[in-house]
Amino acid sequence: MSAYHMNHLKQLESEAIYVFREVAAQCERPVLLFSGGKDSITCAYLARKAFWPGKIPFPVMHIDTGHNFQETLDFRDYFLSELNAKLIVRTVQDSIDKGRVQEETGPQASRNALQTVTLLDALKEFQFDCAIGGARRDEEKARAKERFFSFRNEFGQWDPKNQRPELWYLFNGQKKKGEHFRAFPISNWTELDVWQYILIEDIEIPNLYLSHEREVVERDGVLLAKSSVVPLMEGEHHERRKVRFRTIGDMTNTGAVESPAHSVDDIVQEIAATRTTERGGRADDKRSEAAMEDRKRQGYF
Amino acid sequence: MDKYDNVSELTQQYLDRELLRFTTAGSVDDGKSTLIGRMLYDSKAIFQDQMEQLETASKLRGEEHVDLALLTDGLRAEREQGITIDVAYRYFSTPKRKFIIADTPGHVQYTRNMVTGASTADLAVILIDARNGVLTQSKRHGFIASLLGIPHVLVCVNKMDLVDYSKEVYDKIVADYTAFSEKLEVHDITFIPISALEGDNVVTKSERTPWYDGATVLHHLESVTIAADRNLVDFRFPVQYVIRPHQDYRGFAGMVVSGTIKPGEEIVALPSGMRSKVREITTYDGPLEEAFESQSVVLSLEDEIDVSRGEMICRRHNVPHVTQRIEAIVSWMDDKNPLSLTGHYLLQHTTHVVKAYISELLYEIDVNTMHRSSADTLELNEIGRVEIKTAEPLFVDSYRNNRATGSFILIDPVTNLTVAAGMIRTDTHDADDYIETQERARRAEAGAEPGTAGRTAPKSEHITYEAGAITLADREKRNGHKAAVVWFTGLSGSGKSTISLALEKQLFEEGLQVTRLDGDNVRHGLSSDLGFSIEDRRENIRRVAEAAKLLFEAGQIVICSFISPFAEDRDFARRILPEGRFVEVYTTADMDTLKSRDPKGLYEKAERGEIQQFTGVTSPYEAPESPEVVVDTAVATPEEGLTWVVDAVRGVVR
Ligand SMILES: Nc1nc2c(ncn2[C@@H]2O[C@H](COP(=O)(O)OP(=O)(O)O)[C@@H](O)[C@H]2O)c(=O)[nH]1
Repeated sequence: MSAYHMNHLKQLESEAIYVFREVAAQCERPVLLFSGGKDSITCAYLARKAFWPGKIPFPVMHIDTGHNFQETLDFRDYFLSELNAKLIVRTVQDSIDKGRVQEETGPQASRNALQTVTLLDALKEFQFDCAIGGARRDEEKARAKERFFSFRNEFGQWDPKNQRPELWYLFNGQKKKGEHFRAFPISNWTELDVWQYILIEDIEIPNLYLSHEREVVERDGVLLAKSSVVPLMEGEHHERRKVRFRTIGDMTNTGAVESPAHSVDDIVQEIAATRTTERGGRADDKRSEAAMEDRKRQGYF
Repeated sequence: MDKYDNVSELTQQYLDRELLRFTTAGSVDDGKSTLIGRMLYDSKAIFQDQMEQLETASKLRGEEHVDLALLTDGLRAEREQGITIDVAYRYFSTPKRKFIIADTPGHVQYTRNMVTGASTADLAVILIDARNGVLTQSKRHGFIASLLGIPHVLVCVNKMDLVDYSKEVYDKIVADYTAFSEKLEVHDITFIPISALEGDNVVTKSERTPWYDGATVLHHLESVTIAADRNLVDFRFPVQYVIRPHQDYRGFAGMVVSGTIKPGEEIVALPSGMRSKVREITTYDGPLEEAFESQSVVLSLEDEIDVSRGEMICRRHNVPHVTQRIEAIVSWMDDKNPLSLTGHYLLQHTTHVVKAYISELLYEIDVNTMHRSSADTLELNEIGRVEIKTAEPLFVDSYRNNRATGSFILIDPVTNLTVAAGMIRTDTHDADDYIETQERARRAEAGAEPGTAGRTAPKSEHITYEAGAITLADREKRNGHKAAVVWFTGLSGSGKSTISLALEKQLFEEGLQVTRLDGDNVRHGLSSDLGFSIEDRRENIRRVAEAAKLLFEAGQIVICSFISPFAEDRDFARRILPEGRFVEVYTTADMDTLKSRDPKGLYEKAERGEIQQFTGVTSPYEAPESPEVVVDTAVATPEEGLTWVVDAVRGVVR
């Protein structure tokens, strides 16, 4: 190999850093969305690299559904203060209290759809003109056509027919007042790339990703963690299993997998050999094949 | 790499992979989706749950087999129409490489998407249905791959199962496509007979094509050499963002888009021309001893010079063209508004956005036949060659040499949409390249070879560039010296005429082929229709430059003596010649000396306002930044000045 060889992770890293810098240069008030999951952890870490030796020149925002694992919140506060980043939190509960949205009821109630409204309200409140997210194109078919710079109209909506072609690495960041962008620096990463990167860069992650014993309930083939927001339905019961989470979202719909992986190295090997996508563990996606597309049109990131 | 030390061996196997980006093109139903589905499936990039979804969906559609094509087909609206209509990105990997597929549809109206997908690709996979042979569409895909500078093309002759795996059918397609591809600028074309549906020669070698002994599709993708495609010569660093954590540190963040750089090396910032040295190459992981193409880094410099986003850092002796006028091939992408020769656009080139207008549409190129014809506009999916003028200088290379600094997009400032993708064709500026182009032009059938576009293009399809059978090299051989252009610039009274006349005389007496152009012999004929407005003076210089080039091509040492106040115009004269053949001589003296000489009383009249636009008094003069020779005639005698110029000219023509 020549001295100028770069492996795929170094190339993906360089590309992501490039995207971060384009956002910071082209947009006036960007914000980095942070969910506490591995993709947003990786993004925040890359943002730090992109602007080093300076500080990350924009705040980090968490839309808290109120259904998060406590571990996620604790990790969020710790990790972001390590990065020296400024954190903003907006809550779905607040949107409910203000009457902006109505809570779903019943044992399968989820706040997943509601967070869109909280997010759009927060973007307006702070006049953010670009929300940076950790979405990857390999996550779901509807995302395969997503751009690095994704245009949203003044209602925050995504129109698959009206996206700007993205050529070379020239990102057209022109916009009018009220319009904004979503930017996705790790678009070209796969789940395996993210885990490999976490491994070689030795990035800290919440323990939820690693194998541990937990009380869970099995519902429609998905293992949900025991919690007050997931009440048992008729015929269901809690049981202790050795599990870990492949994605971290709301407790109401983030499924655990049974796994003995207790180090990032183990996870990389598990993913390399696995035959189920990480989204397979998300109850909300199973509701409809086109579920993701519908949420994206409404402004979900 | 220490970072990899504490990783288990099993995991290490997957860590060190190369990235290959490829695009796929094929007409509808050639089997593109099936081929991609097959590769994803056979390389285990399809997960169990996706497979189940697929089975459900296939059943819903009333199909018996699992339709691999469904895997790659995204949005619901498209699913309903039954075709894919945008660029979709797919990922899979093998222990050797990670692949990014830009999957684009082959429908005739979607040239736009193919261009988009091709813009970042290292390789293009083109599908041909074995039953149909080489159709117009297959040629179009090759043409677009060539236009977008994709270095490698892989032609998959698909559905071999439907032609009984016939060698004759395959050979005919290979022969036909090879003949066609000679007109393209693609130097690596590989053919593979496959059946995407049955899996023949996709991942595993087929027993049904014993006559074929090449690689499978996957094996080719894993092993094709892409390292050599990178430009590691021309250091270009468009500044993206300036990092200033505190008063004592100013770092320029960006990606090295080509070339390499080390601390201590001399650089120049464009457009300011300020020089400095690299102090440190900073990254989060520590300073680097060298940065190279594709790396995102931060450069800090020895001197406090001001460089901002949109500017470019280069090596002192290897800079791109600095110009406000470019020629380019554009692919039109706006479905509502066609190309306008009266409207304004924003042009985004590297990290630089400038106002621009399209000054001329030279011709349209039919993507199917590659024929050129004159046109009034370009609509969605049409391709043509244009001249663009910009409000500020750009720092460009030809797309052929540098995809990053040779590409741009046009944005409509009203709708903010990206309306065109452009690939810059600069005039050749390297002597060898120049001669080679002449040779090529001679061989090519008129207008058929895209390679001839390296020259300034003809404005009508009826005039094609005709290189004489006798080349510049032939003429230089007979003359016994090389051709050159010696360009004198300087204010009135600075000594241009005196020294240039003496130079002509001396070279002539030495037996060299020499000609001199100056205001007297140009203003009365070639430029007799021009006045002295800034516009007209620039046009005058442009004509002189072109005339000098013609004489240059005839083997002459051409001496030009003109005030030529604008750097850009002189740079144009330099740029249209092979590198190293242009000698810029700057004659100067302080203003008091000039005024005291004032043989025709011009300075005096200008100061009294009797002459408008007098250079140096009421009209600006941009002194050359790095002329080959400077003669300060307030200090040196004309004889001394002459010897310096003669030395410089000898160095070029001998
Ligand atoms: N017999 C045969 N049929 C094929 C082959 N490849 C694709 N097809 C069929 O051709 C049709 C079009 O394929 P598809 O992949 O959707 O084409 P696309 O429009 O290029 O994406 C489908 O019915 C495929 O099953 C092949 O190698 N052999």
